[in-house]
Amino acid sequence: MTTAQLEATRRAAPASRAVVNDFAIQVATVNGSGSQSANTVLLRALFQMGIPVSGKNLFPSNIAGLPTWYTIRVSRDGWVARKKEVDLLVAMNGETARDDVAQLPSGAAVVYDAPLALEAMRADLAFYPVPFDELVAPVSSDARLRKLLRNMVYVGVLAGLLGIEIDEVERALGRVFGKKQKALELNLRAVRAGLEHAATVEKRDPFRVERMDATRGKIIIDGNAATALGALFAGVTVVPWYPITPSTSVVESLHAYLEQYRRTAGGEATFAVVQAEDELAAIGMVIGASWAGARAMTATSGPGISLMSEFAGLGYFAEVPAVIVDVQRIGPSTGLPTRTSQGDLLSTAFLSHGDTQHLLLFPGSVEECFTLTGQAFDLAERFQTPVFILSDLDLGMNNWMAEPLPYPETPLDRGKVLGKADLDRLGGFARYKDVDGDGIGWRTLPGTDHPRAAYFTRGTGHDEQAGYSERSDVFEKNMDRLRRKFEGARAALPQPVRTGSGAPVGLLAHGSSDPALREALVQLKQEAGFDADYLRVRAWPFSAAVRDFVAAHERVYVVEQDRDAQLLALLRLDLEPALAARLRSVAHVTGMPLDARSVTDEILAQEGR
Amino acid sequence: MAVTTASTPRTNRLGLAILDYKGGKTTLCAGCGHNAISERILEAYFDLGIPPERVAKFSGIGCSSKTPAYFMSRSHSFNAVHGRMPAVATGALLANRTLHGVGVSGDGDTASIGVGQFINLVRRNVAMVYVVENNGVYGLTKGQFSATADPGSTLKSGDVADLPAIDICALALQLGASFVGRSFSGDKKQLSVLLKAAVAHGGTALLDVISPCVTFNDHEGSTKSYAFLKEHDEPLHELSFVPSFEEIDVDYDPGTTQEVTLHDGSHLRLKKLEADYDPSDRVRAMTRLMEAAKGGEVLTGMLFLDPTAPDLATRLGVVAAPLATLPAEQVRPPRAVLDAINESLR
Repeated sequence: MTTAQLEATRRAAPASRAVVNDFAIQVATVNGSGSQSANTVLLRALFQMGIPVSGKNLFPSNIAGLPTWYTIRVSRDGWVARKKEVDLLVAMNGETARDDVAQLPSGAAVVYDAPLALEAMRADLAFYPVPFDELVAPVSSDARLRKLLRNMVYVGVLAGLLGIEIDEVERALGRVFGKKQKALELNLRAVRAGLEHAATVEKRDPFRVERMDATRGKIIIDGNAATALGALFAGVTVVPWYPITPSTSVVESLHAYLEQYRRTAGGEATFAVVQAEDELAAIGMVIGASWAGARAMTATSGPGISLMSEFAGLGYFAEVPAVIVDVQRIGPSTGLPTRTSQGDLLSTAFLSHGDTQHLLLFPGSVEECFTLTGQAFDLAERFQTPVFILSDLDLGMNNWMAEPLPYPETPLDRGKVLGKADLDRLGGFARYKDVDGDGIGWRTLPGTDHPRAAYFTRGTGHDEQAGYSERSDVFEKNMDRLRRKFEGARAALPQPVRTGSGAPVGLLAHGSSDPALREALVQLKQEAGFDADYLRVRAWPFSAAVRDFVAAHERVYVVEQDRDAQLLALLRLDLEPALAARLRSVAHVTGMPLDARSVTDEILAQEGR
Repeated sequence: MAVTTASTPRTNRLGLAILDYKGGKTTLCAGCGHNAISERILEAYFDLGIPPERVAKFSGIGCSSKTPAYFMSRSHSFNAVHGRMPAVATGALLANRTLHGVGVSGDGDTASIGVGQFINLVRRNVAMVYVVENNGVYGLTKGQFSATADPGSTLKSGDVADLPAIDICALALQLGASFVGRSFSGDKKQLSVLLKAAVAHGGTALLDVISPCVTFNDHEGSTKSYAFLKEHDEPLHELSFVPSFEEIDVDYDPGTTQEVTLHDGSHLRLKKLEADYDPSDRVRAMTRLMEAAKGGEVLTGMLFLDPTAPDLATRLGVVAAPLATLPAEQVRPPRAVLDAINESLR
């Protein structure tokens, strides 16, 4: 039986053969209608029942009135990647309802606004019309409020149909509405109206939930907030930024945390957040602040990365630390501002003209958004160079389950900085001299009280003393040193994560592809008996372990979320031709988060199975 | 101030000699106005007794932007990318608000490629001296007009400027600038006083200094030539400066002379040449600039001054100690904070 047939059988099972804790709910609404609270309540209630969940928001680049879809995956096995097939649709948006219903697989269920009259569309689905207007009318006399409360009615309907515990819904409402007692009461009444309606309905689908114990101790957080916390606990002080979807909430979260945790007893700020006039200014301020010794960062997305190009080259060549978070969206150009991608990989690796290269980090989970952001500051100061954290919209803006974020156990590494006492002892220094053999010179900070502390920072050719030089030999020597420094980073950057036990075929991926890859490995094994090893790279330049992995496998599938196989292209640069020939591409460029099914099917197709 | 004698070199209140404020040898053309400005800048810091190590120099790209290499080698310096010095300076001065920032830019760097960054630096009132060495022409690329070239003025090639000129001072006034001055590289006394007042100021101190380009824009037909400035420089007042560490002489006529207390406690004294000119009147300043431009005059002096406007770091409530070197205990919250945050996310 093919996997598609398996899926169909599962869904067609009668209610007596229940599908428990293993399905996807999709809520179709319009943006700006207030469905976010309702969806959060659903997600949290399931999470509180101990059931692994993940939520993904598919939203338009718009303020209000355009279609938006929120998907909640319930997975007893703990899978959190996007699930391609929707099992239960909540159709609240007349504009997309017919399309949404048409796309459902056989056996799915549809909760919908009764006037949409969708029931005649298909015979192979379970339809549950809900008179939302009627149900919400007694809850509030305020038309504006009723529009918002309709969403809570579907929460109640789903709770009834699926068996979500009302106590957990209530607790989740409490979290969402906090101390707003009146709002809490109104919303609870709307939920109960839905719940009561569901009790009158005959259940005709197999999907339901049961309490588990798989989320104990876990947290729910989005990647951008985790990134912000990483920066907070790394001691970030200067944060210039320019708003751009999907990175905006990195700095908005960070600013809120800084306000809360980083004011002195006297109320003074141990930070400066500046909304810059554009991304050129944002990165310029980061470079200036880092040069003066501060831990500075900015967050942006593709178009901002393009604008930062010139300063990125200055940072590389003048050797100034910087931390830049790129929450990737799908391009080129403005592209789809609210869809995810890994398509900035190559342009960021070599951002700027001339021979420029940058250190890149690839968080693969919200935990790593936290830990790698913290490490990025240490690496930027240690290597005196810009460090880019390549997150993406899926990781950054969606809610994920995670283990509690771990407190950093290592002290801040402020890198090679000479102070007054050092200069007294040494008598002076040469900014760009490789005294330690690692290609990294020592720097001083402006304001250091020593007559030999100053040096001249420039983007022009310079000698070891930072003096202007147009000499070919001086230029070449400096560029060689920069390359040595970069090579040295291979071993110092976060190392790849390898799983498997010596299968002949390997899978290789980075960043937010990880959840889909881990699930695909199990699908490949269970459905086709196909064993594969898996390597997740976490940084560029690649560790030597990456070459070893390719060398140890006959074929390596490089799975990524871009059109042009950019990760594969970067890998080729490190590999001799015989090894490079082992790489196969599985590229995904839909703007939708990667799902395991697509990976599994594509690999099996390429394997001829 | 120490007394100058023939036998001992003059030292400032720190005991430093002028040589301690020197820079590298200039590589600009002989007679370039920029060299004179470099001299005035280092003299200002010397006279005010500011340790060179406390000064951070910033520049963009162009002839003007090379000059930080030619004064005060004991100060850190950052030669940034073209037109983007304001962002670098903003970041550095937020990271360490105890530094004395001085930026040197040109008319291309400030009014053309960098006009956006300049505008926002002024709006933010970043505490720094911002000198524009304005010659109306691109030197390093051998003589193209910049955005400050006056309409009707000509290049050596005969090309005539036909676009409206950006008046950097008028622009800054509209942007809410707290310190706007204009001078001429050939007016040693006025420029010296304005530079000292700029250093004493607590926000962005903009000085637009007409600085003739002897190679590409010092000919007949130029409005940025030595000859044109000698003819058309119209000072608003005679200026003198009393640093905060010197006693002020109270013997002046308030009818003809105005005294302003600057941010650091120094005093700027303006002996009026225009009886009704008041540098605290932004609207009047704008009007006079436009009248002067219409009449082909170059109005110089302290055009506008608000010594009380809060600078960026003050507005953000940033601690007095440099953010750059705060100890880890002050910037990494304790374990209990992360525990509480984790708890709130369960």
